[in-house]
Amino acid sequence: MPVLSYRDALNEALREEMERDDSIFIIGEEVGEYDGAYKVSKGLLERFGEWRVRDAPIAELGFAGLGVGAAMSGLRPIVEFMTWNFALLAIDEVINSAAKLHQMSGGQYTVPVVFRGPGGAALQLAAQHSQSPEPWYAYVPGLKVIAPATAKDAKGLLKSAIRDNDPVVFIESEIMYSLVKDEVPEEEYLTPIGKAEVKREGTDVTIVCHSKLVHQSLSAAQALAQDGIEAEVLDLRTVRPLDVPAIIESVEKTNRAVVAEEGWPMCNIGAQVVDDIQREAFDYLDAPIARVNGLDVPMPYAKNLEKIVTPNAQHVAEAVRHVCYS
Amino acid sequence: MATKVVMAQLSPTMEEGKLIEWKVAEGDAVAQGDVVAEIETDKANMDVEALGGGVLRKIVVQAGETVPVGALIGVIAEPEEAIDDLIAAAGATPVASAEPAEGPPSGTPADAVTPSAAAPVEPAVSETTSAVVTPAPDAPAPRAPVAAAPATPAQEPTEAASGRTKASPVARRIAAERGLDLSRLAGTGPGGRIVKADVETALAGAPPAVEAPSVAAEPAAPSGPPTAPSAPAEASTPVAPLESRVEEASQMRKAIARRLAQSIGPVPHFFLTTEIDMGRALELRADINARSSDGKIGVNDLLLKATAEALNRHPAVNASWEDGSVRYHGSADIGIAVALEGGLITPVLRDAGRKGLRQISVEARDLIGRARDRKLTPEEYQGGTFSVSNLGMFEIDEFTAIINPPESGILAIGQTAEKPVVADGEVVVRKRMRVTMSCDHRVIDGATAAEFLQTLQRMMENPAVLLV
Repeated sequence: MPVLSYRDALNEALREEMERDDSIFIIGEEVGEYDGAYKVSKGLLERFGEWRVRDAPIAELGFAGLGVGAAMSGLRPIVEFMTWNFALLAIDEVINSAAKLHQMSGGQYTVPVVFRGPGGAALQLAAQHSQSPEPWYAYVPGLKVIAPATAKDAKGLLKSAIRDNDPVVFIESEIMYSLVKDEVPEEEYLTPIGKAEVKREGTDVTIVCHSKLVHQSLSAAQALAQDGIEAEVLDLRTVRPLDVPAIIESVEKTNRAVVAEEGWPMCNIGAQVVDDIQREAFDYLDAPIARVNGLDVPMPYAKNLEKIVTPNAQHVAEAVRHVCYS
Repeated sequence: MATKVVMAQLSPTMEEGKLIEWKVAEGDAVAQGDVVAEIETDKANMDVEALGGGVLRKIVVQAGETVPVGALIGVIAEPEEAIDDLIAAAGATPVASAEPAEGPPSGTPADAVTPSAAAPVEPAVSETTSAVVTPAPDAPAPRAPVAAAPATPAQEPTEAASGRTKASPVARRIAAERGLDLSRLAGTGPGGRIVKADVETALAGAPPAVEAPSVAAEPAAPSGPPTAPSAPAEASTPVAPLESRVEEASQMRKAIARRLAQSIGPVPHFFLTTEIDMGRALELRADINARSSDGKIGVNDLLLKATAEALNRHPAVNASWEDGSVRYHGSADIGIAVALEGGLITPVLRDAGRKGLRQISVEARDLIGRARDRKLTPEEYQGGTFSVSNLGMFEIDEFTAIINPPESGILAIGQTAEKPVVADGEVVVRKRMRVTMSCDHRVIDGATAAEFLQTLQRMMENPAVLLV
């Protein structure tokens, strides 16, 4: 199997889907002439032409709304936000239009739009450009929210997102675009939305995570194994809808859970996961559930402070040791 | 040589004790056996005696402080002896320095209750008090795991100050499925929490799990002279029929159950004794037996009948504790303790509350006879709701019997003997019989048992009602 970067896997997904279905177009800042700010749309303009690969002005609310309208009119738009931080300007279209119109029109409209772009901290992008947007969108009924951790999942899930008839918020990662590389099948495949995957099997604790923290958790698990603690790493992949059965199945096996994610602690994905676990697997718990998050502060610019605020593998390992009473 | 003064374990359930008062001051001379301090246990205030002589060199635990059993509370040594290491070592591992100063109980049972026992109604207990792992929403998250309390050493007291056994949900579930009593395990988790590994170790048979006190009433062989069936008599005053039901116990009832069970074992017993004037019962028996060619009625039959009637009137006595619920039994199934060579057995007289004296007499005689011949089937000696044990034939005046779980009460019947009694200002000789009831305090309170005994006494003293 060829090894692809997270970036190239996304590019393949876009290209394959656009080949397959000419109702699909991509719109966003610099997606065309510049091949995308992070080169995810590289070569697409050349291949599909400017009708299907549209450079947009710096006006997120406008082109997000265009995407929603186009989706309601029968096209399948992919709206790229240069980063999810800029999508805050467009959040009205995502939440008040895309997420709701199917219900508000009594089912007359579907809104098959994909909003995508990188989220989370990269390096020294400071308070306004280092945010993890998953909880903002996971909160909203009517949206599906995906945050893949591997190239393989990124490709399979983006293809599923494009084919889905509901609006999907697809959160990538600037850091992972280049750093994450893994085997991606040559033949076509789709990764189902709403299904978590065990990325590492273990018996002693379940680490529930998604996106970047999957990699931190895997490296924590490796370190823990040397101390005889076998951690199971469960990658949520989709954070709305949550794959609660997969979480419960794993926790029932291990009796312990650590929930790890990059963003702030208040009302985040982990808070919901903890709630699901305590309700559905109460009688299987051997310890209170631990959470690993970013610190509850706006991201500082200073490198040393950024390092303190951002969760890493060591934090995950410490949380695991704590719930394992070791 | 230095002598440690430690928080002695003065009852099997005692996990910690509060130092009430030092009786000697630092620097005072102390002889072996002197009372040096008073401590409050979960049941009573007790004196702590010095195990060795010297000078009370150091008071480690001040009056008013509560420490675990085994913790060093003071040091007695020669005036110049070095004791710093001893204190330092104890400070590091307060629980490990177990060299119990046996303070013989001289405390007063009257002030027996700890504050928590005096307030049986507790708020819902939360598990969140110890080692919080999850950062509070506004707490720095990645640090939280670092900052969180380290796992606590093993063998801490399992029971929190609230009296709740701290155990993880999965430990509770496995224990419940396997019938393991968690209160008998030592937890190795934070704050003494019993975790899955502790339960699995216990189930694997590793630690010396304390044997649950076994069943059994006191040996007894009630005598029931033979008799043949005649018209079954119905009970006297109409009462509501017994009803089968399970009622969720109130918080107070659960708290009482928990506290009392912790104090003296799985079934917290208490005992009440009354004396019954048997004159009229004996007359009635003689009367019946003189006029009947059928089998004779015994005093024991009258007692069984009266017990059944009293159970009809006091359903709270005919009940069982079921972990948070009280099961009220729909029939009075009275176990009759029968002594056997090397043991005893309690055949059960079924539904005695709906049977007449003659029928009770016949069935009791049959059951007792076959019990002695060891010919009972299991259904015949299992599933009683209340028991009666009679040692009268051994000329025992009174005794206490141990409850046969899950029953909640047992009557211990003494001999009927002539005794001087004051009646109308004069000393007269009467035939009297002592009856002691043992009760499971989780289900039956003192007043409930007293009313039951009063009913029994009145029936035995006016036995004609037993024929109606």
